[in-house]
Order: sequence, then structure tokens, then C-alpha cells
Amino acid sequence: MTTTEAQEEDLLGLVATPSQTAGPYLSIGTQWNANGRAVPEGTPGEIRLSGSVTDGAGVAVTDALLEFWQAGPDVGFGAGSGPPGRGVQAARWTGWTAWTGFTRALTNADGRYSMWTVKPGATALGDAAVSSEMEAPHINVSIFARGLLQRLVTRIYFGDEAERNGADPVLRGVADANERARLVATWIDGGYRFDIRLQGEEETPFFVP
Amino acid sequence: MTLDPPYLYPDYRSTLTRAPSKPLLTLPAGATELSGPVFGERHVGAAAADLTRQGDGEPIGERIVVHGRVLDAAGRPLAGQLVEIWQANAAGRYAHDVDRHPAPLDPNFAGAGRCLTDGDGIYRFVTIKPGEYPWRNHPNAWRPAHIHFSLFGRSFMSRLVTQMYFPGDPLLAFDPMYQSIRDRKAAEALVATFELASTVEEWALGYRFDIVVAGRYDTPTEES
Ligand SMILES: [Fe+2]
Repeated sequence: MTTTEAQEEDLLGLVATPSQTAGPYLSIGTQWNANGRAVPEGTPGEIRLSGSVTDGAGVAVTDALLEFWQAGPDVGFGAGSGPPGRGVQAARWTGWTAWTGFTRALTNADGRYSMWTVKPGATALGDAAVSSEMEAPHINVSIFARGLLQRLVTRIYFGDEAERNGADPVLRGVADANERARLVATWIDGGYRFDIRLQGEEETPFFVP
Repeated sequence: MTLDPPYLYPDYRSTLTRAPSKPLLTLPAGATELSGPVFGERHVGAAAADLTRQGDGEPIGERIVVHGRVLDAAGRPLAGQLVEIWQANAAGRYAHDVDRHPAPLDPNFAGAGRCLTDGDGIYRFVTIKPGEYPWRNHPNAWRPAHIHFSLFGRSFMSRLVTQMYFPGDPLLAFDPMYQSIRDRKAAEALVATFELASTVEEWALGYRFDIVVAGRYDTPTEES
């Protein structure tokens, strides 16, 4: 931030509203669209992605909300379809006009989640108009729960994308191969599996939110 | 954001086993970070912003209006922004299986609402003032009255879930969640202001809660 911007913010008296935990009852406010379905059942190319969420003591996290945000298989992101002034780049996919690129899932009594989507395409790093560097297909994930004073952010890559994963700038930035593997979903029993460990030896790599 | 609380805050016991222990990595400002979900009228519905009209009868408690402006880091209003809230009832009990607090449930209060901000970034809810409630964090631990808020901001990187508190609540001084925010000014930004202007005569007290959703990768340039 430049000095001028900082001074302007001061003049406006703007303080970024800080985060607080979503708490143990987060499902009350979020379950209305937390069915884990980014695509309706029977969508061509539909995949299931599931896994467990465990804490540092190895205990299942039964009160978490996971949010998934991703590009479609082809177009990626485009101008927002919301009201004027919304100013957000929304998800686009030529395969389904109602595609939002977003869904949510709550963990169950065993600390497990499931979501259904289509595999994202590769996306440009930064502004597609000026950047030719590509990122491997991935889904961004936010995790909310009791005990998390702010959300955790991670990424899900796909195990069957070895070549594109090898060239991905984020994965290349993770030096440790075991850690890198914890960002990649594996194909098991007809679906992708991605387990999340909040803390400890097997901790999932998290990103600055 | 430096004003956000740390993941590990031992006074809030649940952070001990849930805070990440390794250094966080940094995401580039890629297409996935610079974009975000868009919501519309079909996601809210007319009744969703009035939490006192979701049951067959009126919920018990003190009726309140909670409203405010949603701004981005540059102070521009965020229009069409989805605002979600959830809260305990007037007795301090959540309509949730896990809540064992022996205070009465209210059959007329589910405690969830949502709305979209208007063209000026303004949202407005009608609800019941939530009660304080005990939690097992430490001896005689009580949460100050609060409403949970959820906003998306301009992109994936601006997602915000927070809590709104009420002015003059003596429990704020003892609340690890509120106290986990080290910057006093930032913490005070979570306390709503009593407002006579939005108080509806012989109907409901008015509270104002403005929200600044400041995404890490938000640019101060013109919006598209
Ligand atoms: Fe709460």
C-alpha cells in the first residue's frame, strides 16, 4: 500500500472488519446451500470428491463447513452476472448456463465431506490477457469451524494431472514432496479423495487467507 | 490481514488442536483468487431478511433492526452482496442439535437470515436480540450477545465470516474470541452502534453495523 492510499484510508476512517470464528453452529446459517453439489446429479463429466477432516489430536472434525470455488472445464472466469457495481469475476462454463463454480459441504458425524462437480480446466495465472503462465486444474477451498478464528485456505489438485501439476507455479513452490502430495486428490473407488488435517505431522498445506 | 486474530490463541481452547502449526504458503493472484461467487435474488427470498416472520407466530424477545453498509477496502459500496446471519434466540439457545444449553428453544425462531445489499451497499435485517450463553471454554465462560455474519466480498480472497456484538456488553472484556483481536480499533469495529435514526417507533430498536470486506488482492482500480 502506498502512503497516499494509507492516508486516504485514514481519512475515510476505514478499518478492515476482522474475522471471528464461525463457531459450532455455522450450519444454521449456511445449510440452505450446503448440499455439496456444484452440478446437478447426472451432469456429464460429473466427479465426486470426498474425504475426512481431522484435527491435531486425530479427532474427526464434525462441525466444519467447506466451501469450494473453481473454474469450469473450459472458460474459467468472466465478467460478473450480478447487479451493476458487483464488480466480481464470476465462474463460466459453456456446458451449463447455471454453473456458479461454487458449492458448500458440511462435515458429517464422522468428520467426512462429499462434493460433486466437474473437473476444472487449467487457468491463467493472473490476468489472462497479459499472462501466458498457466496453473494446473485446481479447486480453492475455505474451511470454517469452531476453533478457527479465521478461515483456512487450501487447494485441491488432481492426481491424474502429473504433467500439468509438475508445471504448476504453486505446487512448484512447495519444496517438500510429501507436503506437495497433500495438495493432490487421489483417485480411489470411482472418485477423488482429499483428506484434510488441520494440524500436526501430516498437516495439509494451508495458504494465507 | 494483520488485523485478523491469530489461528493459535490458547485462551480460546479449541484453537489448540485446530490451528495450523506450519508456516502458511502464499497463493498467487491467479484467476481463481481474483474471482468469486455471485449471488442473486433467487438465493434469498423476501422472508429471509426478517427473522421474526419465519415461524407461525412471533418469536419471544426484544425486536431489533440491524442494518449497515458493506464497503470494500477502498470505501466503495458493495452492491448485490450476499449477507448471511445466524444467531441464538432471546434465551441464548441455538436451534441446533449440538447446543445443550438448558434454555428454552423458541418454536418461532430458527435464527438464520440472509439478504442482498442494495445499490448503495446497504443491508437490513429485522430480528430478535440474541441472548448471552455459556460455553465450556473456561470456568463460568459466557459469550457476549452476538450475531454471526458471513460475506463474500469481491473475490475468493475477500471471504469474511465474523460476529457482530452489542454496545456496552460487559462480557466483551472476558471473551477470548473478541479479545483475540489485538488491535483495539479493529475489535471495536465489531461492536454495533445503537442508532435512534433506524429505531422504529413503538416497534424495534435500531443498531448499525458497517462492514469493510477488505480482500488481500483487492485492487484500488475501477471495478469492471
Ligand atoms: Fe455464536
